[in-house]
Amino acid sequence: MTKTLILLGTRKGAFILESDGTRRDWQLRGPYCDCWPMNHVIADPASGTIYAGGGNEWFGPAVWKSTDLGQSWTHSSEGLKYAEGEEPIKAVWSLAPSARGLYTGVQPAGLFLSRDDGQSWRQMEGLRNHPTRPKWTPGGAGLILHSLIPHPLEAKQIWVGISAVVVLHTADGGESWEMRNRGTRADFNPEDQRYPEFGQCVHCVVMAPGAPDRLYQQNHCGMYRSENAGKEWESIETGLPSSFGFPAAAHPRDRDTLFLVPLNGDIAGRYVPEAKAAVWRTRDAGKHWQALREGLPQKDVFFGVLRQAMATDRHDPAGVYFGTNSGEVYASADEGESWQRVAQHLPAIASVETLLID
Amino acid sequence: MPNVAVTLTPALTRLFPGCPRQLELEAATVRDLLNALDARWPGMRDRLSDSLPRIRPHVNIFVDGERSALETPLKAGAAVFIVTAITGG
Repeated sequence: MTKTLILLGTRKGAFILESDGTRRDWQLRGPYCDCWPMNHVIADPASGTIYAGGGNEWFGPAVWKSTDLGQSWTHSSEGLKYAEGEEPIKAVWSLAPSARGLYTGVQPAGLFLSRDDGQSWRQMEGLRNHPTRPKWTPGGAGLILHSLIPHPLEAKQIWVGISAVVVLHTADGGESWEMRNRGTRADFNPEDQRYPEFGQCVHCVVMAPGAPDRLYQQNHCGMYRSENAGKEWESIETGLPSSFGFPAAAHPRDRDTLFLVPLNGDIAGRYVPEAKAAVWRTRDAGKHWQALREGLPQKDVFFGVLRQAMATDRHDPAGVYFGTNSGEVYASADEGESWQRVAQHLPAIASVETLLID
Repeated sequence: MPNVAVTLTPALTRLFPGCPRQLELEAATVRDLLNALDARWPGMRDRLSDSLPRIRPHVNIFVDGERSALETPLKAGAAVFIVTAITGG
């Protein structure tokens, strides 16, 4: 029988929620990774290996690894460092398996690659050597490399999102990087500088399934879609209750379906609008949006959802999941039509990913 | 090289299965000591020092009761305590 796992990165360790293919009943396991703050917990669907990336105030950054679905863990940070004299790496923020190995994004922003399943890393120095690098400024969570998207077919293409700087793309495996910000706003800048070359606050970038040139971006200032691999972005925020939010989750098969959790605004508290929880879904690539509320709390809700804390699964109908900064996990087994709370009282949730085991 | 007595915080030893809380090592400086620990338990140096390089800001290494740095020399019989700061939330 199919196992469905929800992988959670939290302020105090990794957790796993486990169910079968029906996704009705969930069992919680954890905390893992010695209760280190974990920013991103993922699984390589090819191997089933789970990786957890984070950083500990005492002991620094590391990637933890489990090859037995979370029962036992090891950790390593060999090579996960900058040159002597540079600001040391504080934490791992993003992980992405690829044909070339395990990509790892860190704070302060940089990109590393492990070719030995998370035992050791080599920096992809082209990103740190980008000519604009000295002018990059951090967002509220720091100068973090969060969104990390390897091209599913062309191994040398990668997109990254760095707060509060830029979307960057490489077509040569990381040697050179091109900025991909055109069309995204920086509303916090003076009026005549709202569309700078870089300095936009990208919150989350995801790729549409089966359409590598289509990207969706939740920005600090707007919601966007690109049809040309990020070269140009078009606003798709009309119909949403707010242009502000953090996560975006693509459907596993339908390139036109996307899920968001807009928040009420950057200076309004950053919780769900009107204190009522809703996931917003488009079925037509952002032309129209629908609020999905059945089973979600509709009174006195003051949680937010962080940039990596929403995911879908590969079931049909697809499951949708999000974790809150108040430690709750909500799950839908019907593409967002109805929801149930499947965990509560957890530490603040930084990431949600899924793994299906047939 | 001088032989020193080292006491490790349990927050560290639990990350390295089989690592005892107390042990004796030969090391002329704190930097040597971290290298010796890393040779026995690969990865331990990175837990205790960063790439600047320096002892991590929330880790303290006391040598005979005095807070040390990587270049602090060690004398034979020195008592070294590696402890974590009171931090977190």
